[in-house]
Amino acid sequence: MSGFEPAGGTGNVLLSLVVWTPMIGAFLVLLLPREQVDGAKRAAFAFSLITFLLSLGLWAGFRPDTAEFQFLEQHPWIPDWGIQYLLGVDGVSLFLVLLTTFLTPLVILFSFGDVQKRVKEYFFFMLMLETGMIGAFVALDLFLFYVFWEIMLVPMYFIIGIWGGQRRVYASIKFLIYTLTASLLMLLAILYLVGAHVRAGAPTTFDVRLLYDVALSPREQGWLFAAFALAFAVKVPMFPLHTWLPDAHVEAPTGGSVILAGVMLKLGTYGFLRFAMPLFPAATAAATPFILALAVIGIVYGAMVAMVQPDLKKLVAYSSVSHLGFVMLGLFAVNPMGIQGAIYQMLNHGLSTGALFLLVGMIYERRHTRLIADFGGLWKPIPRYAAVFMLVTLSSIGLPGLNGFVGEFLILLGAFGQSRLATVVASSGLVLGAVYMLWMFQRVVFGPVRHEENTTLEDLRPREIAVLVPVVAMIVVMGVYPKPFLEVMEPSVKGIVARMEKGQARGVAVEAERAPAKQAGDV
Amino acid sequence: MHGAHATTEAVILHSQALWLIPFLPLVGFLIAACAVNAPRLVKVTSPLAVLAAFAVALSSVATLLGAPEGARVSQTAYTWMAAGSFHADVAFRLDALSAVMALFVTGVGLLIHVYSIGYMGHDESCARFFAYLNLFMFAMLLLVLGDNLLVLFVGWEGVGLCSYLLIGFWYENDDNAAAGKKAFIVNRIGDMAFVLGLFLLAWSLAPAAGGALDLDFAHIEAHAASLNPGTATVIALLLLVGATGKSAQIPLYVWLPDAMAGPTPVSALIHAATMVTAGIYMIARLNVVFALSPAAMQVVAVLGAMTALFAATIALVQTDIKKVLAYSTVSQLGFMVLALGVGAFATAVFHVMTHAFFKALLFLGAGSVIHGMSGEQDVRKMGGLRTKMPVTFWTFLIGTLAIAGAPGLAGFFSKDEILYHTWAAGHPWLWLVATITATLTAFYMFRLVFLTFFGELKADHDVAHHVHESPPVMTIPLVILAVLSIVGGWVGLPEHWLWGNRFGHFLAPVTGHPHLAEGGMLGEGALMLIATTLAIAGAGLAYVFYLRLPGLPMVLSWRLKGAYDLLLNKYWIDEFYDAVIVAPYVRLSTCLWKVADQELIDGFVNGLAGAVGANGDLWRHAQSGNVQHYALAFLGGAVAVLAYYVIG
Repeated sequence: MSGFEPAGGTGNVLLSLVVWTPMIGAFLVLLLPREQVDGAKRAAFAFSLITFLLSLGLWAGFRPDTAEFQFLEQHPWIPDWGIQYLLGVDGVSLFLVLLTTFLTPLVILFSFGDVQKRVKEYFFFMLMLETGMIGAFVALDLFLFYVFWEIMLVPMYFIIGIWGGQRRVYASIKFLIYTLTASLLMLLAILYLVGAHVRAGAPTTFDVRLLYDVALSPREQGWLFAAFALAFAVKVPMFPLHTWLPDAHVEAPTGGSVILAGVMLKLGTYGFLRFAMPLFPAATAAATPFILALAVIGIVYGAMVAMVQPDLKKLVAYSSVSHLGFVMLGLFAVNPMGIQGAIYQMLNHGLSTGALFLLVGMIYERRHTRLIADFGGLWKPIPRYAAVFMLVTLSSIGLPGLNGFVGEFLILLGAFGQSRLATVVASSGLVLGAVYMLWMFQRVVFGPVRHEENTTLEDLRPREIAVLVPVVAMIVVMGVYPKPFLEVMEPSVKGIVARMEKGQARGVAVEAERAPAKQAGDV
Repeated sequence: MHGAHATTEAVILHSQALWLIPFLPLVGFLIAACAVNAPRLVKVTSPLAVLAAFAVALSSVATLLGAPEGARVSQTAYTWMAAGSFHADVAFRLDALSAVMALFVTGVGLLIHVYSIGYMGHDESCARFFAYLNLFMFAMLLLVLGDNLLVLFVGWEGVGLCSYLLIGFWYENDDNAAAGKKAFIVNRIGDMAFVLGLFLLAWSLAPAAGGALDLDFAHIEAHAASLNPGTATVIALLLLVGATGKSAQIPLYVWLPDAMAGPTPVSALIHAATMVTAGIYMIARLNVVFALSPAAMQVVAVLGAMTALFAATIALVQTDIKKVLAYSTVSQLGFMVLALGVGAFATAVFHVMTHAFFKALLFLGAGSVIHGMSGEQDVRKMGGLRTKMPVTFWTFLIGTLAIAGAPGLAGFFSKDEILYHTWAAGHPWLWLVATITATLTAFYMFRLVFLTFFGELKADHDVAHHVHESPPVMTIPLVILAVLSIVGGWVGLPEHWLWGNRFGHFLAPVTGHPHLAEGGMLGEGALMLIATTLAIAGAGLAYVFYLRLPGLPMVLSWRLKGAYDLLLNKYWIDEFYDAVIVAPYVRLSTCLWKVADQELIDGFVNGLAGAVGANGDLWRHAQSGNVQHYALAFLGGAVAVLAYYVIG
């Protein structure tokens, strides 16, 4: 495989295969006759599994000693506007792609039993969603990124709107409007940024690697950062832009929730790290106190509100607000510890929250309720379920030895170098996280069996075990041996940190350059 | 006060076997977890796993003893985390301090595993019990053998998890589950401070270490001198808060008495002998940092003395045999913290060890009593068990004599060493508090002995009929622990007696030599005499109260009703925390959800959506529910857009 050149390896189509295999599968599923329900399920699972195997090839061929983008594919798309089909992965996006390709087959496998109506359409949307998400993680052309970013919304909108619960229409529209409004502003910002690049005398391009070097005034940076940050902050979601999330989760079918929490939220944090922060380093520096404040508010607020939720899914949804607050804290520590911790925490959250939604979905299938009060004492009738639930709960509260701890520790360690105050407040999340998770766990799993219906519950079925075992295994592996992940991320993260430091220095220089001119103007 | 460390290059012996000490119990856990339906197998494999760990620990310690003074055995398994300038290995060290800890943890742990075969053998979840117990051993051994603060922290939180699981072992009872959760959360509060202490420590050492963020003990020792006193004080206090969680000191002790909801062998192993001493171990391990801050040391000493006295007063009136022992544990941990605070780090560890012997003995003895009394824990319903459970009685009595400080027994030497160091370090008031506490200790422990084993049995007929001595699998560990409670202190005699303080010298390379203002036999001898006399007085008072004039306590409790209620209700501290922290937190959270989230933010969003246009109808029409239409429209649109760009 001599094609695995680190940079500019032309003629390599592996990345395209990873992006488009699900889409091919999606249309194949759609073309199947309506009666072929089992066929649709198997085809969808097969295509998602192939995608996962292909993505493992990315990891195998990835060179961990460089910050450059790898598996680069560069073709003109709309040459007149400088828009290219430009894909590449680095140590940041590699694992997010893997997370996506890892979770999607599990979700599809889980959905075999969960989805009863319009089965093949469901899998069509699920696969299309996968293409959208992977594409958004690997697109290096801002226009292409935007296309994938928007493509992604459509299937999720339908998954919530068609297979959702009682208030699915409200939830799906709320989801769409929230995210669409914010991302339109981002589109304007992208266009302005490209324009600024052109005004500086460069040819038109949407290539983010070139746009990193656009010289912008602090004022311009501020506005553009705000537009990007808004789009991403909604997606994360950051407090106070989070209220679409609990509604979307509660109404979404289990598979939708897993993908939404497991992967889509990370597109927000990924967007900060790939675009908003390195494109506008001076504005990032200026906004850091503000973002840190919102991040720690999110950590504490999410944990508090999660605690008093009567509905399991809402509890997990609000816990995501808290966990993603940690990720944002790590990113805006702007040092390798914080950012690597943040990326790690994105993966952790994908695994543990994904698993929590799967577990809630499994119990919902049996009892058709998600209210904590309807359970209690589940250890007795379904001990295997309870044991897995416990492990995932411990992962979620960051028990050392499991994955969550590595992320949280590195985030807090990094953040301590940026803001001690923010770190102190954020560390209360360690306590508050244990409070809401263990209280929930106690009410669901411990105590006497309070409801007659729960005495005869069926323990995990083979298919459910098949879904959970890979997630549980990763939770343990990533807690015990994080090194292979961290060392692959490191060069790219250091590259981003260096770029931001350089950019901030340049921002200061630009300001200094303009200051005399401004003074002259004042005179 | 604190002596210089041996500054010579330490000899490091590389070992390939150290990891086995924690790993073997982990294997035991995995076997038990997989064979959860085969309790007969687990009853063999779990104690065997601990026995194997004990054997490896013994041989490793033998290696250490054969090496020059100040040597340590070390093993780096692999790099755990590396990010930016931060680096942490999974690495183990066996030096004098961890040798002592590892030996008594595996040794006492083994005895308690054996005892549990008898005590828990008939429980339907016996295999689950042994699984948790093995997992605990794994975590505790990581804690004491870890070569950096991060591995220590894995063990630290790991033992907390096992404690949570074992307190709530009989999970069908809501109270047990709640007690387990309380233990975990209160410990997490301490852990939060502990982690912040780690961060401050790592970042403060970085400038002197070329920017490296590192939590290796060797790294900390090498660069601690670069800390300024203010920073050292903050670090030490944060770590101290962590220790108050794990080692049940004021203000975070509240979880330990509730933890008695767990099976009694758990109370003996985790909530008396081993886990709760983790905070003491951690401070002794980081003595270089603490020694930099006299202010923090002062706080440590005062906190320890206060906790010792406070808990002892509560123990005076409790009627549940395990609750008395629980508060006694809090009190004894206070003694250890006091020793740390006066700079007598090795003495604190000495008391950790002797306490492990006699407190494990007392708890297992209490378990034997409860076993024989068909589950009864109220001492007011016991009595006269002396003749019916002779082995339990005699061993329990030895444990009581040891904790009360009877001359020659284990507790005598370690406790008197604490009192002596407190006095010699120039803290007469703290010495007084500790001496009074020691007197109270003798009183409440003999109260327990008299109520349980003497007088008339007050149980109902059924229970009384069934009272029996426990089987040998339970009594043999009692006998072994009783022997250790007698001879366990002989390794640390006062400096000028016979072979002197071997224990202190053994630990000196790690903990340093405390330099005392006034030494000599006379001072120590006089203090010993005072303490012993007072302890005898305490025991004598208990004899008068509970055997000679059994009506007297009742009368006193009426006369001094206010004080009695205060103690009986444990100073209403739990109620205070509930009212001041828990309830407002729940109310505020509910308010945030109902008001901030639903009314304010969502109200704003929905209002905005409404203002933008009553387009809800439009959307609803568009949402015909026919996915074929959507998909077709979506595909058509996508194709059209693509075609336009590609062709145009």
